[in-house]
Amino acid sequence: MAKIPVNIDGKAFEVEAGKTILEVCCDNGIEILTMCHLEGVGDVGACRLCLVEIEGINKLLPACTTKVAVNQVIKTNTERLKKYQKITTELFFAERNHICSVCVANNNCELQELGYKVGMDHVRFPYLFPKCETDTSHPWFVMDHNRCIMCTRCVRVCSEVEGAHNWGIMNRGFQVRIISDFDTPWGESITCTSCGKCVQACPTGALWPKAVVQGQLAKQPEMIAELVQKRKMNL
Amino acid sequence: MDNQINKNNTILISPVTRIEGHAKITIQLSPDGSVADAQFHVNEFRGFEKFCEGRLFTEMPSITPRICGICPVSHSVASAKACEMIMGIKPTYTGNLLRRLIHIGQNISSHALSFFHLSSPDFLLGWDSDPATRNILGVAEKFPDLAVRGIRLRKFGQEISERITGKKIHIMGIVPGGMGFPLIEANRKALLAWVPEAIETTQKGLELIKKYHDDNKDMVNSFANFPTLYLGTVGSQGELELYDGKLRFIDTDGRILQDQLDPARYLEFIAERPIEWSYLKYPYYKPFGYEKGFYRVGPLARLNVAAKMKTPKAQKEFLNFKSMAGNKPVHGTFFFHYTRLIEMLQSIEEAEQILKDPLVTDKNVQTLGRWNNPEGIGCSEAPRGTLFHHYTTDETGKLLKVNLLIATGQNNPSMNRSVLEVAKQYVKGKDLTEGALNRVEAAIRCYDPCLSCSTHAIGSMPMVIEIKDHQGKTVNVIERG
Repeated sequence: MAKIPVNIDGKAFEVEAGKTILEVCCDNGIEILTMCHLEGVGDVGACRLCLVEIEGINKLLPACTTKVAVNQVIKTNTERLKKYQKITTELFFAERNHICSVCVANNNCELQELGYKVGMDHVRFPYLFPKCETDTSHPWFVMDHNRCIMCTRCVRVCSEVEGAHNWGIMNRGFQVRIISDFDTPWGESITCTSCGKCVQACPTGALWPKAVVQGQLAKQPEMIAELVQKRKMNL
Repeated sequence: MDNQINKNNTILISPVTRIEGHAKITIQLSPDGSVADAQFHVNEFRGFEKFCEGRLFTEMPSITPRICGICPVSHSVASAKACEMIMGIKPTYTGNLLRRLIHIGQNISSHALSFFHLSSPDFLLGWDSDPATRNILGVAEKFPDLAVRGIRLRKFGQEISERITGKKIHIMGIVPGGMGFPLIEANRKALLAWVPEAIETTQKGLELIKKYHDDNKDMVNSFANFPTLYLGTVGSQGELELYDGKLRFIDTDGRILQDQLDPARYLEFIAERPIEWSYLKYPYYKPFGYEKGFYRVGPLARLNVAAKMKTPKAQKEFLNFKSMAGNKPVHGTFFFHYTRLIEMLQSIEEAEQILKDPLVTDKNVQTLGRWNNPEGIGCSEAPRGTLFHHYTTDETGKLLKVNLLIATGQNNPSMNRSVLEVAKQYVKGKDLTEGALNRVEAAIRCYDPCLSCSTHAIGSMPMVIEIKDHQGKTVNVIERG
């Protein structure tokens, strides 16, 4: 792949053309906050945490879906970006019902880690406190919409890696919901293979195995990329 | 304390202190100014039973400890037991042992807090001493050794939790089927090293309360002394049990009404009635009905129902306690303090036994299981009394109904009665002296009630006492908060 020059945070890099800004930053040890990004599945730019500033472009662009271009000047760490990252994080918490203290994912949650990372000490926006369902119908797993941040990692891993297409998306705006099949109880799904990849991919306590309780959850989202890699290599 | 009289002849006294949460007392006067009736109101609403509906049942051992910062372990244990009934499993030997140990730790920390931090100021500094210094800081100033010992005893109790689960208060790790984490050898040794000091401190507390009993016989014996039924948990030989065991009810004369009762049958014997003036319901012993079925739970009740203690030092004190009323139940509310200390002594001795059990550091801490039954009932003896968790689920494990019968709720009718008895003794007319107010509060404090189930904050627990004349008109309001 041809190399192209870019400038990231004041430093010059020679990077592979065709890669995304996020990939280039990861390759070069530049940290970019992400939530909907998951190695092994396609990016959709849903969470808006990886927004970067690009010289000459007025709006902020998601690093996960924007490809690098010749002589691009990228900024990943400005006060403006930090401000938006904090707002985005707070909005995640305000939109559903995230109660870390009683959550099965407490101390094992990407959203919780993000809160600490951006220095969120309170939420400045009014909580919506929506009435959300907890789907316990699957014999092994639970889907708790209270803790879902609509990253859609479960939807993508189910379709792109498992090929089952059990998970989908319904409605728009704050009424948007992850659904199983045609919005039927997960336990009644005719497409779910019960493989559990969605549970591993989920960054919060929205999807979890019934067999574990608080303090015992140990998700391994990195196993998705490993699985994809192994399949490519026909291992 | 801030006394104030406003235009409506209302006296405002700013904080029932040294209790958990928010409370209000109404004292009704007769035409001649003597006390006719008293009501103890709990004026806050939590709603745990309602908002737990819809959750997966296995989440309850981590949700319900949040009910209370003082007795989270009792909630977690009762909850895990209810889950185990739903799953149809039993915890492993070590899992059970560690849960018992953490439960003991909580009992020690809660009892130490109740006695040394909250109640000892009254005994050591005097009922009528300056309220500004009538607290643990005042005790620390005049009796530094005892105050430090009391604080360290509480720390020991909390350290048991911390060294097993990594957290002092809202512990994680009590799970259906046992425990989430094992105890490591270094922590076992560290906990064992605390035992001699903890026993010594408890014995100092016992000396203190017994001396107080001797010096103030009339007050101690007359302080809210009224007969009730008692409920507690006992082992198979009738020994005092806090973690596991079966229920025993006794009557006012100590006759056993029910024995070796499976906690899962609690609804056959306990009924609740809502009352219009408090968010706390009135539970009662069903066979005797609402009027005659009031019973008490907690340390006094547990020692009244028990036939013996499990450990030698506690047994010695227990025999002394039993001799007080000639082997009959001791009804004096003030004896909650003494029984609390005896119970704490057994807890520390039992902790030592557990820590010396070779299997306490075993790694096999959890039995695994899944939903099998729609209903689960769990019970534990919280520091304040018998606690029940009752869950009903659908076939996927989702909670349809949650009933939590909390110890303080069961003592509610008796707290009300105690307030009345003490008010009759110390309140004359609409004007309350600070000392009288403190004694009315102390009647509640004997039960160590956990009203808000929040953590303690000295001097900031608001309490309102309303005094009403015989026509129901408020003639005095005393507020502290």
